Amino acid sequence: MNRHGRWLLIAALLAGVAAPVAARKDKEEAPASQGSSAEPENPYPSTYKAYPGRPTVIRNATIFDGEGGRIDKGVVFLSEGKIVAIGGPDTPIPADIAVFDGTGKYVTPGVIDIHSHLGVYASPGVDALSDGNEMTSPVTPHVWAEHSIWPQDPGFGRALANGGVTTLQILPGSGNLFGGRSVTVKNVPARTQQGMKFPGAPYGLKMACGENPKRVYGGRGREPSTRMGNMAVDRQTWIKAREYQKKRAAGKDQTRDLGMETLADVLEGKILVHNHCYRADEMANVIDMSKEFGYKIAAFHHAVESYKIADLLRDNGICSAMWGDWYGFKMEAYDGIKENVPLVHRAGACAIVHSDDQDGIQRLNQEAAKALGAGRRMGIDISDEVAWTWLAINPARAMGISEQTGSLKVGKMADVVLWNGNPFSTYTRPEKVWIDGALLYDSADPKLRPVSDFELGQIGAGDVK
Amino acid sequence: MSKAAFKNPFGSSLSRTLACALVMAFSTPALAQSIAITGATLAIGDGSEPIQNGTVVITAGKVVAAGTGIAVPPGAKTIDAAGKWVTPGIVSGFSRLGLAEVPGVKETNDTRAARSPFSAAIDVAPAINPLANPVAISRTAGITRAVVAPVAANGIFAGQGAVVDLGADLTPITRPRAFQYVEMGEEGKDDAGGSRAAMILTFRMMLREAQEFAKAPASYDGRSKDALLNRVDAEALVPVVTGAMPLMVHVESARDILTILSLRQDFPALKLILAGATEGWMVAPQIAAAKVPVITAGLEDLPSSFEKLAATQSNVGRMVKAGVSVSMGMLTGDDALQLRAATQQAGNMVALTKVPGATGLSWGQALRTITAAPAEAMGLGDRIGSLRVGRAGDVVIWDGDPLEMTSAPVAVWIDGVAQPLENRQTRLRDRYATPGEGAVPKAYEW
Repeated sequence: MNRHGRWLLIAALLAGVAAPVAARKDKEEAPASQGSSAEPENPYPSTYKAYPGRPTVIRNATIFDGEGGRIDKGVVFLSEGKIVAIGGPDTPIPADIAVFDGTGKYVTPGVIDIHSHLGVYASPGVDALSDGNEMTSPVTPHVWAEHSIWPQDPGFGRALANGGVTTLQILPGSGNLFGGRSVTVKNVPARTQQGMKFPGAPYGLKMACGENPKRVYGGRGREPSTRMGNMAVDRQTWIKAREYQKKRAAGKDQTRDLGMETLADVLEGKILVHNHCYRADEMANVIDMSKEFGYKIAAFHHAVESYKIADLLRDNGICSAMWGDWYGFKMEAYDGIKENVPLVHRAGACAIVHSDDQDGIQRLNQEAAKALGAGRRMGIDISDEVAWTWLAINPARAMGISEQTGSLKVGKMADVVLWNGNPFSTYTRPEKVWIDGALLYDSADPKLRPVSDFELGQIGAGDVK
Repeated sequence: MSKAAFKNPFGSSLSRTLACALVMAFSTPALAQSIAITGATLAIGDGSEPIQNGTVVITAGKVVAAGTGIAVPPGAKTIDAAGKWVTPGIVSGFSRLGLAEVPGVKETNDTRAARSPFSAAIDVAPAINPLANPVAISRTAGITRAVVAPVAANGIFAGQGAVVDLGADLTPITRPRAFQYVEMGEEGKDDAGGSRAAMILTFRMMLREAQEFAKAPASYDGRSKDALLNRVDAEALVPVVTGAMPLMVHVESARDILTILSLRQDFPALKLILAGATEGWMVAPQIAAAKVPVITAGLEDLPSSFEKLAATQSNVGRMVKAGVSVSMGMLTGDDALQLRAATQQAGNMVALTKVPGATGLSWGQALRTITAAPAEAMGLGDRIGSLRVGRAGDVVIWDGDPLEMTSAPVAVWIDGVAQPLENRQTRLRDRYATPGEGAVPKAYEW
């Protein structure tokens, strides 16, 4: 009951607390730098640098390229952090470099989790490390998830070693209608969040519809307490954002507003919207809202009823990020079915398997396998290599990083997993994981697995987890 | 099957409803005709490895034979399972099945009673709803029995749990009051006022009160200011102190495990079962020596709390290697809903055998943790949990290796009664097999 427990705990903690007044710009002394022209381009820049890697070849492996392609007895060649060559057994490779025999093994691009709270809801799950939901106002587009990330969360290492996860989007929670900015990170341990930040990845905006915002704020006797309240507060906020964005675009002077800056960037297509939404009817309302205000939704997250409106999602070019089999834990999840992912896929809409969970992120391949098997049983014949797009190019596209990663194409980041069997099997685990060409996990090398500061010197540190 | 539902939705749904009703009407008495399942990859559930071309024979609701070279009795209904796998029904070693339809909707949630004056006396058996949708959904995934525990809400003792079957009928209880449940870790200390020292003292004093009650029931004053237990709760703990009822203790850390084992010095009759035991591997020899079975989450590998700092997926394998009888169940995750995670937990134990430095389980041992082992932990090993002769006819035919996530049951029997494999989710799936409204609104497609 990790997520429920956490949620209930947070709700209980806040139940008796008087709701603070939403941050208002007129209460604040204007900072020295006023006006949109003073908005810094990138105030918390990535300092991530790829670690050095050796030129490496894997051959005789079954390759899923992440875009739906498959190569049997394939060859992948990594060098200087990039994929240099990929192809069949005849692919030319230079002499005297490290060669791994992949016979009986599989190679895929690194798993991308589009929905994670690692670092913002870190392990251990104590109050002091609970930093994912700024539930003091339903509208908090001014908060940035990256400012909550604790890079020492042991969950990052587990996601790497057990899940082959090389890139993940860290989102604020879903207590608020506008939860704040998400950030995309590479799953490489660092001392700072800046050291993990995926260079050049666009920011996301976390939004939420449905039960959570109306329960949190309705429970305190304030707006929103209903689904119509959710929509009304959303729309009022977008009206303000549109005004702010117009002034900004016209170069007019106005006091900086962090939340409005984020929303204006959404309206200008620079920040991608990731909208937590379960029910089909609510997704349809949100789609209309996006048209009313002229922004694009990159993906609905959780989306347990996407299968009911797969055609609508396809026609609007919106991805669905879904669990393999979660259902029924709350009312809006009641209609969850295992066939959600394959039904969305078959309709021609973009399907993604996500975790939203520190345990699930270690087994996204198995979550995808559940959906794949359920789909096949109802006659939806999806091949393994096509299903791998749910963990690779599809999330990469929805996160705006598909030019850099998400598939094994020449010139892309060498984010690669060598699996010790078919990755849709329960019996399979990552054997080696490269990120930007650097070997950062090797199951055969006990020293080549991350031990976070939190775990160092504790019982079990460095154990096979 | 989904296509058929669309061609003739009314007909097929009526026949389905009828089939369900028939199963419900006649499921309690086991069918007299023998059933022989032949040609399968057969796993018994007792820890042995699967065998090829196996046969299982069920007569009068019980397993009468399972193995190779078994003759099909005359008149038996024979089911060819060539190319398929056959196992005993999966037993969830820990759950809250049937106690919540939608856990987040409080009106449907019967797992805990924070405003009740009672604790140990609470008995979940009559609260378990066999018609809750998670029961049917779990049955469709091959779960045939489950251990159901209450949640502690009024002190450290939660009450008495049950073992249930997941048959499509109104008689779910295999064994009521199968165990008492107590919190003795981080949750327990909170329930006991805030410290482990207080928790241990509370535990001792409550068991002493139960002993007092047993000695002189009439003179036990559960209403005095000094009493920790009211009369009803004191009476409910009597079988715990006498060892007539197992005590399932939720503990996670190595330290707390040793503490609870040592309490048997003062209460030697306690029949302990450890639930959780995420750090069990650190004290596995002591657990094995104490002959205490463990029910654990299996895949817990994060220090999600300070009582789980040494968490590793190798916990199960290391404990089994040390001689501990280990079962798996929903100690984390959706304990009222996702009992079907059992096969995933077991499959991952097999995966660990290929990870250098990790300790996993063989396939047969892994299956045992979700079949015979939980049955034995509940003292029901002679009745359920395996396909050994004399056990209940709880049998599943799978379309592939049951520990693979791409596999699913194609047939399920409980007590020899064939079970329906449809549920709300399969009906939603069929309704939305094609997107968009058809000639009539979706609401008429049923």
